[in-house]
Amino acid sequence: MPPLEMPLLEYDGLRVELPGTARPILDGVTLSVAAGEAVALVGESGSGKSVTARAALGLLPSGARTGGQVRVDGTDLVGADAARLRAVRTGVASMIFQDPRAGINPVRRVGDFLTESLRLVGGRTRAEAEARALELLTAVGLPDPARHLRQYPHQLSGGMLQRVMIAGALTADPQLLLCDEPTTALDVTTQAEIMAVLGQLQRDRGLGLLLITHDLDLAAATCDRIYVMYAGRIVETGTAADLLAIPRHPYTAGLLGSSPPLEGTPGRLTPIPGAPLSLAEAASGCAFFARCRFAQPGRCDLTPPVLTSPVLTPPVPTLPVPAPAAPTLVACHRADELIEENR
Amino acid sequence: MTPGRLWAVARRLLGMALTLLATSFLVFSSLYLAPGDPASFLVRGRSASPQELAAIRHQYGFDDPFPVRYWHWLDGVLHGDFGRSYLFHQSVGEVLWSRLPATLLLVGVSTLLIAVVGIGVGIVGALRRGTRTGSAVLLLVTVGAAVPSFVAAIVLRSVLGVRLGWFPTIGNGTGVLDRLHHVVLPAIALSVTFMALVTRVTRSAMLDELRREHVEVALSRGLPRRTVIRRHVLRNALGPIVTVCGLLVSGMLVSTAIVETAFGMSGIGSLLVQSVDELDFQVVQAIVLLVVAAFVVVNTLVDLVYPLIDPRVRAAGGAR
Amino acid sequence: MSAWTTRLRRLGGGPLVRMSTVVLALFVLVSVLAPWLAPQDPTFGELGDSFAGIGAGHWLGTDGGGHDTFSALIEGTRTSLVGPLAVVLASTVTGVAVGLFTAWRGGWVDTVVGRVLDILFAFPALLLAILAVALFGKGLGAPVLAMAVAYMPYTARLVRSLTAQEKVRPYIAAYQVQGHSEVFVALRRLLPNITPTVLAQSTVNFGYALLDLAALSFLGLGVQPPTPDWGAMINQGQAAVLQGQPMSAIVPAVAVVLVVVAFNVVGEHLGDRLAGRES
Repeated sequence: MPPLEMPLLEYDGLRVELPGTARPILDGVTLSVAAGEAVALVGESGSGKSVTARAALGLLPSGARTGGQVRVDGTDLVGADAARLRAVRTGVASMIFQDPRAGINPVRRVGDFLTESLRLVGGRTRAEAEARALELLTAVGLPDPARHLRQYPHQLSGGMLQRVMIAGALTADPQLLLCDEPTTALDVTTQAEIMAVLGQLQRDRGLGLLLITHDLDLAAATCDRIYVMYAGRIVETGTAADLLAIPRHPYTAGLLGSSPPLEGTPGRLTPIPGAPLSLAEAASGCAFFARCRFAQPGRCDLTPPVLTSPVLTPPVPTLPVPAPAAPTLVACHRADELIEENR
Repeated sequence: MTPGRLWAVARRLLGMALTLLATSFLVFSSLYLAPGDPASFLVRGRSASPQELAAIRHQYGFDDPFPVRYWHWLDGVLHGDFGRSYLFHQSVGEVLWSRLPATLLLVGVSTLLIAVVGIGVGIVGALRRGTRTGSAVLLLVTVGAAVPSFVAAIVLRSVLGVRLGWFPTIGNGTGVLDRLHHVVLPAIALSVTFMALVTRVTRSAMLDELRREHVEVALSRGLPRRTVIRRHVLRNALGPIVTVCGLLVSGMLVSTAIVETAFGMSGIGSLLVQSVDELDFQVVQAIVLLVVAAFVVVNTLVDLVYPLIDPRVRAAGGAR
Repeated sequence: MSAWTTRLRRLGGGPLVRMSTVVLALFVLVSVLAPWLAPQDPTFGELGDSFAGIGAGHWLGTDGGGHDTFSALIEGTRTSLVGPLAVVLASTVTGVAVGLFTAWRGGWVDTVVGRVLDILFAFPALLLAILAVALFGKGLGAPVLAMAVAYMPYTARLVRSLTAQEKVRPYIAAYQVQGHSEVFVALRRLLPNITPTVLAQSTVNFGYALLDLAALSFLGLGVQPPTPDWGAMINQGQAAVLQGQPMSAIVPAVAVVLVVVAFNVVGEHLGDRLAGRES
């Protein structure tokens, strides 16, 4: 894609801070998703990835202090008024939430969930909205759309309900789809189906996609580029292939080592020791310091590392291809020394 | 309606009939809790000749065995015959019937007040949580729940009635407008406690729902906040609100005794107090039965309507 | 003094909870010491003194019969304490017994008793109290008994659900495996664990029982004059309200509201704290 084109979604140093916490939830998050591009944001729970996704719809925790920008289709959402937020939410971006059981009102019919935004905000008649809902339910692969419209959420299985959630996100014909752990609440077989549906929709409709997940392999399988987040900061970013082949940040390497590979024989799984930094803890230097096996006291714990391009090129067979559109960036004091050890 | 659903409704109605039967039995047999001969109890405080006592025994069938007497009484009640009032020399039915409109008006206006103000303030309390207004609602609820109707009556009569002279302080009034004018203060007095309870339930149910993820989802889809509050938060909070309103019915009906007495109104409530005072036991029995029956019927209705409010209980067979 | 304030602080809660605790302490203290605290005999009135204003002679004025309102208020704390206390004690003891037994037993006993409790819920306390007056005559005795019956289901239902939750916990099975008798486990091991929650509920019940008994006296069916009682005072003061002399009714009315608010606040605070909630 042409590099000069304005990205569909662009975070520029987004900072979100809640009163009474030791560190910001998000600290200088810079991230972009171009039109038609699939991007993943990966991290453990509590890393701030969900907050990041919600910020793209202007859904920030109440009472939060914010800084930086989140631009969706050129509109800055930080501090935007209700009308502007609504315009983005109804026309540009929509979100698929983790748990459809919690995310779809249990006392209203499925048809109501699918048509309410079209009828109440989109100015469509009930018949138009229902025709659209039927079309979308078919698109997400539900067997009996007309019947589902009249059903209540508790009458559908989790996988079916997540398809309803996806159909609901598509009602507004968005350009950007935000997916917050869309398969975590589902069982394993359903997970693959849902990811397949999402992937196909993304390709068919040319959607920009931001996938929030804790699963680095899933991210690499679905997305072009990956951002890795730890304690509210982006610690590494690059193309999916690059990141998976040569993880430069010890945290990325740790994530890779702690999940079974999608293909091939599972090797030994080594969980990352310790627990993620809570909001009550602040780090003077690298936030990963306490859990990092390469941490050097007196160096890593003094200043927070900055996201930079690694100086040393890894000793990979250099192919005669142009440099990737997305250069690899990493925020680690020892990134350059560790490339060897990490491999 | 599916057969399963129909069966659930039938079971619920049967349950109601059994509960009504049990309560009627309790109310009927209460007469036999009183010390001494039931016949002399019924004429307590009045001088009665042996002939009169014998007549009463015969009229009430005190010579018959207990189940037979209960059956006769129940048969009468089912046909609207609650016996005779000693005080008014009328059938109990007639006495109640003439008092009913005033009490229904009082209860009706109070119900409206409780629903509108109680739910309205509850909504404000939930949406303005953590602000000055929110704390004011909490304080109002705490104090309101502890203001009994007789205290509210004193204050209302003293301030709005006597001091400011805006409302009449005594009697039922005549004509539609005058009756409404007369019922304003009693209705407020009757409502205060119940309003506080409804406000409290509305507030906490709304807060529970506001925290749910489907609210965030609805907002994320560009629905205006006001619409989300109405269609998702308030709508989902309706279950607990309706349940509590059903439970308040009996307390409200009993409180009409206090309010009607305080405001010198003539209705079922003041009749109850008067009948207890004058030992007109047949009337007391009838009113107690009516209040309890109203509670049972209203709460059965709530149970039956509940699946419409929350379809999830339909899956559970319509029974809660 | 400082020991008291620290003790109050330890109770937690905001200023409302602390104030309520003080009100309750005062209420109990005054009702115990009433005969020594009342400056005058509340049953003695001089018609020449009727509707005396607030002043040195009568701190809170007098009623139409010239009775000293302040003294009546002080003496009235006794019936306001004793009546609800009897109701709460009786209903709590029977409620705990019924709830513990049925939930521990389970099965058809539990089902049948559950249905009976449901039926009792249909009888509001004040209605049962009025019925009791109709049967046994005016006074405090019969209504208190009737109200104990009406309040019992609330405690029984609470204890029933608490016991059902607690019964399946491992420690209960552990005690039984060790060979302790069921009665011992239920009464000495399980009961203490649910007691605080029951006490919180009883505290709230106390306030409502006080309201119901005051209402009964207000209707002229409960405590009879000249025995000093808040509800009866309000009843007697109402006529004067229309004459523009509301003080003798409003003073006991404020006392009722204050004490009931205090009971509710403290009871709910205890409940919240036990449930680990922030109020």
